[in-house]
Order: sequence, then structure tokens, then C-alpha cells
Amino acid sequence: MTTQEELPGASGTKRFLYVNRRAPYGTIYALESLEVVLIGAAFDQDVSLAFFDDGVYQIVKGQDTKGIGMKNFSPTYRALGDYEVTKLYVEKEALEERGLSPDDLMDITYEDEDDDWAEKPSIRIVSRSEMTEIMAAQDVILSF
Amino acid sequence: MAAYQMNGTTVEHDEEGYILELNAWSEELAKVIAEDEKIEMTDEHWEVVNFLRDYYEEYQIAPAVRVLIKQIKKSMGKEKGNNKYLYALFPYGPAKQACKIAGLPKPTGCV
Repeated sequence: MTTQEELPGASGTKRFLYVNRRAPYGTIYALESLEVVLIGAAFDQDVSLAFFDDGVYQIVKGQDTKGIGMKNFSPTYRALGDYEVTKLYVEKEALEERGLSPDDLMDITYEDEDDDWAEKPSIRIVSRSEMTEIMAAQDVILSF
Repeated sequence: MAAYQMNGTTVEHDEEGYILELNAWSEELAKVIAEDEKIEMTDEHWEVVNFLRDYYEEYQIAPAVRVLIKQIKKSMGKEKGNNKYLYALFPYGPAKQACKIAGLPKPTGCV
């Protein structure tokens, strides 16, 4: 059997990018995306998340949902590292257009197994053109 | 809707036994749920249940079983953070069954 050679990547993993473009509340997209990421993390693929347009609001710190009667699920983004999801690309222009800076985002980190479990930031700020390159390099893109 | 009975009060649960109103949880209720699951709660059981409740408090999710095992290993050592030890405590799955007793939703990412 030689089918092994036809699989992408040496270990057969694919590159998955989950694209988040909408505000966290008001629609179910952000929460659904997060749940799909957490469930999909069991399949040992190369997973990244992208945040642009209003999607950047999903990972803003200090969210308070009391006034709208919805569960504040933003703390769950900080559990992504435990699920070995360690790459969160955030578009710089999307932040700037909304008057936000990287300091307005939550501290989302992961522990690097290959570096004595050192705590490292998961959020990577990228330009719009870098985001284009990141998207072009994926095998699968799921947009929410 | 099925419910747990406790001191004349009822606490509703879904078809798998997870309580619907997370605020209704108490240690007393945990014992009732455990009894229903045929588990006698020891200090070792409580350690896992409390760990899950703390995890939920911080991250607002019940962790998948592989995440739970890894995190227990990190905080309590490898004698406890392994399949054998945790499945001995909770035969129907340390995440699924312990979450039920802890009054949390079914774990996210348990496929």
C-alpha cells in the first residue's frame, strides 16, 4: 500500500484555520465556532484561529454580559492552550479600525511542551497582507 | 423531566443526568447524584470533583477527558494524572461522570 504517501504532510495532518469575523454576542456564530474548535481539537490536526472584522471583539478583555442576559464565554478562549490550540492570529488593521490595541485583548497563553512548559502568548498580531498569506497556506478554512 | 430528589426538593436533570440549573448544585446534591451513579464518594473523588468545579469557574467549560488528565497530572502529579487512577474512581469516564457529580455540563470536546 502506498496511500500513505498521498496524504498531506508527513504525519497526515491538515492545516485548519477557523475564521472569526463577527461580534461575540447577538448571533451564535462566535460561540459555535469556539465549540467546533474545542471538539475538533481531539483530531490532532494543525489548528489556527483568525480574528478580523468585528471578530476581534471576541477576545477583548473585561467582557461583561450581565446586561444582555447571556453567558460570558470569553474565559473559555484562555482554555484553548489546554486543548493544544496555540495560534490565534489577530489582524492589526481590524483592531486599529475599531480603536483597539493589542493591550485591549485577553492574555491567552499556552505552555510549550518542547520548551520545559514555558508559558507563551498564543495571540499573534499580523497585518492584513500577512493574514492573506496565512489563509493561502491552509488546507481547510472554516468561516464563522 | 426527570429530577433528583433531595430533602423534599427536586433538581431537574437532562436525559443523561446532568443538572439543568448549575446554581442548584451543593455537596449534598453531589452525594445524591453519586449514589445514582453507584459511586461512594471518597476524598479522592472529591478532589477530582472540586478540580473540575475550579476549572469550570475559571474557564467556563467542563474539560474533555484528555485535557482533564493532563491538568490533573500537572497539579497533582502523575500518580493521579493517569487513565488507570481516574477510571478506577469514575468507571464511566473521569470527565463525563465526575462532571455530572460536580453539577457541570457534559464535557466540551468529548467525542
